[in-house]
Amino acid sequence: MNDMTAIVTKPKDWETDQEVRWCPGCGDYAVLKAVQRTMPELGVKPENTVFVSGIGCSSRFPYYMETYGFHTIHGRAPAVATGVKLANPELDVWIITGDGDALSIGGNHTMHLLRRNLDCQVLLFNNEIYGLTKGQYSPTSRVGTRSPSTPFGSVDRPANPCAFALGSGARFVARGIDVHKNLVSVLKAAHAHKGASFVEIYQNCIVYNDDVFAGFTDKKAAPAKQLWLENGKPMLFDGGAKGLALDTAALTLKVVDVEGGDWAGAGVIVHDETNRSVAHMLVEMPSDAFPVALGVLYRSPAPTFESAVVAQNAQAAKGKTADLQKLISAGQTWQVEKEPHTI
Amino acid sequence: MATAARELTPREASAHPVPESIVVRFAGDSGDGMQLTGGQFTLSTALAGNDLATFPDFPAEIRAPQGTLFGVSAFQINFGSTAIETAGDQPDVLIAMNPAGLKVNVEALKPGGLIIADEGEFNERNLAKAKYAANPLTDGSLARWQLMSFNISQLTMDAVKPFGLGNKEALRCKNMWTLGLALWMFDRSREPIVDWLKAKFAKSPLLVEANVAALNAGHAFGETAEIGSDVAGGLKQHALAPAPSEPGLYRTVTGAESISLGLVAGSKLAEVDMFFGGYPITPASAILHHLSRLKEYGVTTFQAEDEIAAVASAIGASYAGKLGVTSSSGPGIALKGEAIGLAIMTELPLVIVNSQRGGPSTGLPTKTEQSDLYQAVYGRNGDAPMPVIAARSPADAFDCAIEAVRIATQFMTPVMLLTDGYIANAAEPWKVPDMAGYAPFPVAFREDAPAEGEAFLPYGRDAKGARPWVKPGTPGLLHRIGGIEKQQGTGNIDYAPENHQAMTDARRDKVDGIAAHIPLQEVTLGEEGSKLVVVGWGSTFGPIHQAVRRLRARGRDVSHVHIRHIWPLPANLGDLLRSYGKILVPEMNTGQLKTVLRDQFLVDARPLNKVSGQPFRIAEIEAAIEQALGGGAVGGEVHADTTQLPGPVAGLDDGQNVTDGLALTPGPNDNQDFAA
Repeated sequence: MNDMTAIVTKPKDWETDQEVRWCPGCGDYAVLKAVQRTMPELGVKPENTVFVSGIGCSSRFPYYMETYGFHTIHGRAPAVATGVKLANPELDVWIITGDGDALSIGGNHTMHLLRRNLDCQVLLFNNEIYGLTKGQYSPTSRVGTRSPSTPFGSVDRPANPCAFALGSGARFVARGIDVHKNLVSVLKAAHAHKGASFVEIYQNCIVYNDDVFAGFTDKKAAPAKQLWLENGKPMLFDGGAKGLALDTAALTLKVVDVEGGDWAGAGVIVHDETNRSVAHMLVEMPSDAFPVALGVLYRSPAPTFESAVVAQNAQAAKGKTADLQKLISAGQTWQVEKEPHTI
Repeated sequence: MATAARELTPREASAHPVPESIVVRFAGDSGDGMQLTGGQFTLSTALAGNDLATFPDFPAEIRAPQGTLFGVSAFQINFGSTAIETAGDQPDVLIAMNPAGLKVNVEALKPGGLIIADEGEFNERNLAKAKYAANPLTDGSLARWQLMSFNISQLTMDAVKPFGLGNKEALRCKNMWTLGLALWMFDRSREPIVDWLKAKFAKSPLLVEANVAALNAGHAFGETAEIGSDVAGGLKQHALAPAPSEPGLYRTVTGAESISLGLVAGSKLAEVDMFFGGYPITPASAILHHLSRLKEYGVTTFQAEDEIAAVASAIGASYAGKLGVTSSSGPGIALKGEAIGLAIMTELPLVIVNSQRGGPSTGLPTKTEQSDLYQAVYGRNGDAPMPVIAARSPADAFDCAIEAVRIATQFMTPVMLLTDGYIANAAEPWKVPDMAGYAPFPVAFREDAPAEGEAFLPYGRDAKGARPWVKPGTPGLLHRIGGIEKQQGTGNIDYAPENHQAMTDARRDKVDGIAAHIPLQEVTLGEEGSKLVVVGWGSTFGPIHQAVRRLRARGRDVSHVHIRHIWPLPANLGDLLRSYGKILVPEMNTGQLKTVLRDQFLVDARPLNKVSGQPFRIAEIEAAIEQALGGGAVGGEVHADTTQLPGPVAGLDDGQNVTDGLALTPGPNDNQDFAA
């Protein structure tokens, strides 16, 4: 870690010889490319990088990254990654997961990983569907989603990944879009954050849920429906014609028109990425009346789990010597000199 | 158990017809500190050089309602001048601290046995709670036994009066008074108890003084009181000679302690640090507690969010180059099943400790059973072979844990170590081994990158069939692993039919091949070719061994074979079993090892089953052997024994091990059982 020589890699260095087997047109390809483009910019070594995944389309990801990789079992990637990081905190750990993997079968582990603040990057590919099992609705599917298991439409309300992350105590919450150029900068920010960095990536499933995000990802819709947040900058969208202001009476956000660039006059608020309350409002904005908040929604570093464990282990061991013979001879003991009982 | 150096010959045995062991049961309210009294009595007995075995039994409720039948806490100890391998069939002495303790336990007492009762607690209220219509101390209903009753409560209050404790606090010293009397009865030293009290209450000298005063008062009571002089065999001193034992340093140890120590020793012998992922569950939690205090031994402990995360984190740690260990009991092991399959598929070392309890489902959380053998050997999806080792006693668990680490790291495989609630909680003397006598088995991480133009093969295999262990962070050896079927050698995804056949065979052959690297099966007691062999595994060792020993002393043609390696089985076991006339397999389940033996060797193994949450009594196994040798049925079912521990009304229990004086270091949260 203290090696001062710059580590120079090219995106190509992060590709394996394995044939990528996602469906043609799958958003996963774009995310893979974005990650492979991001890695050289981080100045990290492939051998110190570990990709851990669960089960699902996205979880095939580690096979395509020329790093160490562990394709684990459904929902358990956060737990495996916790063991990896506690065993060797020097490793740079990325978790690749999906909406079903992270929020359904693995929801418990996701919550605890975030609350503990393990230093790693969690990339949640949200396509609002179970792809690998052929199209059942997922915990993020919208009400009414027709699927093989819900032929009359799903009736349960969806989970909101970023709201879940914030509620779990995440200290870094961001959003990106599979094909959007900004994904690289979001990934870089996630990597730069020390602690659990949660990134929801809207990922299009071309086979089972095509265009489910078109309402805000379509070229035409994008300006009015995408709000890219930047710390210290006003929350503007639609080419600066609109912004978010605080409705102080209702204690919610509201969309306001900005005339002549006078965002301050319109009451548009400045993004303070350490403001947890505003982050909650940003992730809860209803999609019909509001844009989708993207980029780094919340970032407020806190001590990481593995550093606390390492520090406590060191503190507890301080001044003690590891003498195994002494350890097993501890407690109240007695010496038998010779066989005392003769018959 | 561990102190006995040798078996007595029949001649020697008959030369000593007097009882060589005594069984004492302490019983009282769960607030009376019975586990603590028993634990400290155990310690002083061990220090006196007697061999011993214990059986702690305590209620489920953390604070059971006082004085009730289901709030009774009992602790039985069997100690003597010969090898002791069970907690004893029937108590010789019952010390009852209240009516409920008497009611629940008195039927277990040997005819003519001694009852010591605190008459101060036999008031109307407590008698009613214990559902006694009349006071048994005075109504003659205890005539079958010798009865000594005196007001222990009042005597304790008198003894601690100078210290100005409140009534309630003063009465909590009762257990020390009783312990003092018991120490006098069996001529035990008070010194270690005094030392221990001083350490325990280092911050409150007043409590040390009060407890020591109570202890001394109980002892003096035995010494000076005239009681018993007019009662045949009444209150008098019994001195038991120390058991024959090999010279050396001894200590008492519970299974949970010795497994923890064995895991640490194993990790040192493997020269790799340990990562322990655990989730609280009775009766396995004690292992997590012990290990969490041993940071200086390179142990990292992680209390995970659930059983699955506990095993998954251990797998992650193994992948990253530590020795991953997890521990649970049956229900938790069931949850870990899929992840264990991942460890089998990714061929990573992992030790899984299963402290078995009664099942299925939540079952009997703190009662002992051996019913997870099928789960250990067969309980995963797919053809998923995994080595299984079973400990037979608290002391034996140390070596078993080392063996589990050795196999896991040398063969790149998960290993299951089976123990049970009885082993986990019971204490026995342990001859502290010399660690220099253990051959190290250092792990060799693969670190050298392949030559230019050559590919690294993460699923290449050595002569033992093990794949290389590579730590992430190693340049030149980047690779990916996972639960999907691997291509031979490269480890890339490969669904090809011939590849799956080859990999399934490779996983099987690797585990089967471990049989060549474990000891051949020895006859534990007796010889090859007897008329009958009793085959056992796990904690039934004690009663089986004693039963076979007794019957051999009476000239019966019976042998004992105890199996430690459940999977793979020792290479010679089939031939050995076929040398016997009949095969009897006592198990605390409905016949699981029996099934495996029949399946593996096509032998006529017959089950003797006991599924009451109670260990076998020696007499039960003796009777089954006599019946089989006498031409009767081989095996059958042993029914629940209402006089045996755990008793019928003692509730479920939480499994807290409160024999704190025996723990590695005193725990901060175990104080409820103390006179403080």
